[in-house]
Parts: sequence; C-alpha cells; structure tokens
Amino acid sequence: MSALVEGAAAPLVNASRFRAAHEAEWDRLDQLVTRIEKRSVRALSEDDILALPLLYRSALSSLSVARETSLDRALVTYLEQLCTRAYFQLYGVPDTALRQLGGFLARDWPSAVRSLWRETLACLILTIAGAVAGWWLVATDPSWYYSIIPDAMASGRDPAASVETLRATIYGKQEGGALATFAAYLFTHNSQVAIFAFALGFAFTVPTVLLLVYNGLTLGAMLCLFAQKGLGLNFLGWLTIHGSTEMFAIILAGAAGMKIGTAVAFPGREARTEAAVLAGRKAAVAMAGVVLMLMVAGLLEGIGRQTVQADAMRYGIGLAALAGWLAYYYLPRRREGQDALAA
Amino acid sequence: MRWRRKARGPRAPKSLRRSFVTPEGVDLRLELASAGTRASAFILDMLILLISLILTTVAIGLLGIAKARGELFMVLWLIGAFVLRNGWFILFEMGGRGATPGKRLLGLRVVARDGGRLTGGAVIARNALREIEVFLPLSFLAMQAAQDMADGFLTIFALAWTGIFLFFPLFNRDRLRVGDLLAGTWVVNNVRAKLGADLVAARAEQPRRIFTDAALDLYGIYELQTLENVLRAGQEEAIVTVAATIRRKAGLPDDGDDYAFLSDYYAALCARLERGMLVGRRREDKYTATARR
Repeated sequence: MSALVEGAAAPLVNASRFRAAHEAEWDRLDQLVTRIEKRSVRALSEDDILALPLLYRSALSSLSVARETSLDRALVTYLEQLCTRAYFQLYGVPDTALRQLGGFLARDWPSAVRSLWRETLACLILTIAGAVAGWWLVATDPSWYYSIIPDAMASGRDPAASVETLRATIYGKQEGGALATFAAYLFTHNSQVAIFAFALGFAFTVPTVLLLVYNGLTLGAMLCLFAQKGLGLNFLGWLTIHGSTEMFAIILAGAAGMKIGTAVAFPGREARTEAAVLAGRKAAVAMAGVVLMLMVAGLLEGIGRQTVQADAMRYGIGLAALAGWLAYYYLPRRREGQDALAA
Repeated sequence: MRWRRKARGPRAPKSLRRSFVTPEGVDLRLELASAGTRASAFILDMLILLISLILTTVAIGLLGIAKARGELFMVLWLIGAFVLRNGWFILFEMGGRGATPGKRLLGLRVVARDGGRLTGGAVIARNALREIEVFLPLSFLAMQAAQDMADGFLTIFALAWTGIFLFFPLFNRDRLRVGDLLAGTWVVNNVRAKLGADLVAARAEQPRRIFTDAALDLYGIYELQTLENVLRAGQEEAIVTVAATIRRKAGLPDDGDDYAFLSDYYAALCARLERGMLVGRRREDKYTATARR
C-alpha cells in the first residue's frame, strides 16, 4: 500500500507551519545574539537593542509552543540553544569593567573586609599567639631558632651571627641594586601564598590556621633574636615599614579562608552549599583587595625599605599605611544600596 | 533494527540536563558540560598560557631588551607571569562571554547557578580555588620528583588529599569543581547551532507514498525522533537498514528508493502522532499502547 501517489495532499505537520511563520524572527535574534557574543552590545544599533527583548520573549514562547505541539526535535533543540544564549546575554552579563572596578574600590572591597571582622580578629590573635610562642621558645633555648626558621629564609641571620652582621641586614643595601625586581618578586610570591592560604581555608580552615601560626612563630623568633642583640627596635622599624601592610594582608587572607571554612563547617540556617557560596563570593572580593595590598607592601619593602634608612621614617611610613588601611576599611560610611560585586 | 527501550519508572538523573526556569517561566533545560570537555578546555587554556609565556619571553630576549635593561625585563616578566597565571581565567570569565578562550573553543560558558549575573566575586572565588585543585597536586608531584622522597606514607596521603580536590567534579552529578561549589557557578554548553532543514516540507512537492493506519501504528515519538536523526545524519547504511526494518514490519514491498520512502514515512508518522497529541493522546514509544490515556 505504499504506491506513489501524485499530488496527494501533503500531510500537515505543525513544525512546518510554525517554522514558516516564525523563522525570520529566530534568524534575527540569532544574528543579534551572535553579534553580541562576537563583539559586544555596543555593536548593536538602537533599533536592534529595542528589538532584542521582544525577539527573546517571542523565541521563548515559540519554544514553549514547539515543545507542546511539535515532534520536530531539530526545531526544539535549535530553539533551546537560541533561548539559552539569548537569556545569558540579557540576564547574565556582568557590568562593564570600569563600573565593576569603581564599585569594587568604593564599596565592595571595604565592605567585604568589614564583614570579615570576626575572622580578622581571630587571625590577629593567632598570629600574636604564634609570635609570643616563637619569642618564648627562642628566648629559653636559642637552638629552637634553627627549627623554626629555615636556612634559606634566615640567610645568615641566626643566633651565631654578630651584632654587626645583623645590623647590616637591617640597614644594608640590597645587593645588585635591583630594587624593582625585588619588589616585583616579593609581590608575586606573597600574593601567590596569600591566594593559597585563602584556597586552603576550604579544608575547614585547619591549614590556614597552621599557616598563620607559623607566620607568627617566625616573626616572634626573629624579633627575639634581634632583641637579644639589642637591635629589637631597629628590626621592628625595618619590619614595620612594609610589615604593617603585609601582615595585615596576610591576616586578611587567612580571615577570608577562615570565613569559607567556617561557613562550610557551620552553615547555620542556610544549606551548606548556600552558606559556602555566600561566604565564598564575599571572601573572594576581600582576596582581590588583599592582592592589591600585597602590591603596595611589595613596593614598600622592595623600594621604600631600601631607600629609607632612618628608623623614625620607617616607623612613620609603616604606621601611616596601617592607619590608612584601618580608616579605609572600618570607618563608618553611608550605606549605598546593595553591593553589586559581592551580592 | 532494534529500538532501544527507554528505562521506565522514576528516571535516574543521569543526564547532564538541568531544569532552569527563566523569569518568563520557561524551562530552558540547560545542558551541563561533561567532565571531559571541561578538562580539555582547561588543558587548552594552559597550553595557550604556556605558549604565550614562552613566546613573549623569547621575543623579548631576541629583541635584546633583556641585555640592555635586565631589571625592567625581570620586573615585567615576574608581574606578567603572575597576571597570566591568576588573571587569565578571572579576566576572561568576568568579560561578557563568561568563558576563557579554551572554553569558547569548546562552546562552554560559566554561569551563576541561580541564573543571576556572574559577579566578580564569584569568578575570583572559583578561580582562586584552582590553587588547591590543580597547582597543589602539581607542586607536590614536582617536589616528589625533585627530592625523590622516600616517605611513602606521606606521599600517599598527599596524593589522596589533593586527588579529592582534583577529581571532585567526578564525585558529584553537577560536575562542580570545588571552585564552582564555592562560587555558586556551573559550566554549561553554549554552542551555536543552525536550524536543521524541515524534513516534511522538503518533500512536499514530490509524489508521495500513502501508508495504512496499521503501518503508522507501529511506532511512537521516541522512534519518530530516532528516525529524524537517521534522516538528518544521512548515513547510507543506517538508512538502508531502517527502511528494510520498517518495510518488513509493515509488510510493504521494496520500491528501491530508501531515502524517499523513509522521508514519506516520517512525514506521515509525524502528522499522525501530532494529531494524536493535540487531542491528548501522546504516544511516547512503540511499547505504549495506542489506547487513549
């Protein structure tokens, strides 16, 4: 019964009628979306921009109709990808880079850091505890120094060194005079470590805490070493000029990691993943700030410390930087709606 | 030709399709990227990164800037390498495309799981976590290779711990990295596709075959769409096999033109099933009875 029949009425299929009626609209939407994807929204004319949401909605309704009435799978698949691409161009696109940067500097960075205040305090206490322990250990038995500080980091600064050698490390010039290189190296290295500390927070903050305590230990041990040779205040000046910024940044990185770890461990009222997402986005904004802080610290350490030799100036610069950061983060300011970057 | 039977009962969520309802109330049914595609995209990105790093280094070296101004070169290199390592993923994903070049090549896109905007915080979070997912295991391996450590237990522990993060996407059904989990994002397929030709309209002008109801009652929607795939793929072998099977089942003689036969059968079956659908009789596959629900 499958003989060829000339001129029999073609079977009416919904997809054919549907395609004929709407294909032009879909094509136009496809072209617009493609142009945005390839270049940017600015590649569209005013008419196109006005047409975009209308075309998107009509494509969405086409998709609903096609799913219910048509069995043409190619049509449904095509409409699905078209609507998905259009959706993300209409709803999912971030602000322009400049506006994001502005919002970040004006609101999101300080507010993200402020929201970490509890963790920041905890990290500060951990660092201080580490420093006290390091001091105490080295004060009671100098041989502890060797186990706390690796040889590479000590580079001659150990209990066996003379006062002159130690003094030279504080006031001496960097060999080779490659100040900018040194600054760049310090910045990249410290930032990488800070990002690492942040990421480690995900493992229930344990590694982050260890890193912070160890950081405190080395600080305390070194302080004790220099203090025993009567160079305590000089060393503190050497450290303060960049250390106030750098230590603060490291403590913030630890706090950001801790925020995530505690959100994962103790999600509170939220579901565990939701709590992690909220904490993660907020803490990540703070981390972007930490990297900027470390850049400043790198400049201060690599260039400032080598050119400024007077103790008073070193203290002055270091404490001024600290005051600046504290004011930027914690001074109360007007609330301006929601923060876009971290919301 | 055997039609594969679909699993009955509560469908196991094995596919990577996820329901995603737009504010307009339409389910877009997003398709998540598979772990393999994601890994390929990452490897592509790393390759592009490495090659560009090496090329710039060599270019600067050849230009002789390195000799004239060693310090400047060092600074640029250090900062450049840092920005490349950390900024590559972040800056590209924060852009309007939501994808690094590697992801774009494979048609992927990073998307907020709640369907909102992809914020800077989310992008930074998902990429900062890469430190413990990829670079930590890598540096462990490098350390092992360099020191040839004999501490077997420590090695196993370290590898297991880093392995958890590295293979995390394989342990959850949404293929989330730890970074995705924390940032509230996921990676979806976002490929541009062309609208396939209308199979029914293409044959409208030519003489057609007429089929009996008995012949059209053989199959349901699942088989119809499989037939559509066969026709669109246009593989000779598959077409011959399918045509022979349908003819045998319906008891029709062979008229020598398999493709035209299948096209006509498709059009007739499609029209019949759609007609049923409009009056509420949706026949999912050939096992479903034609009886009304």
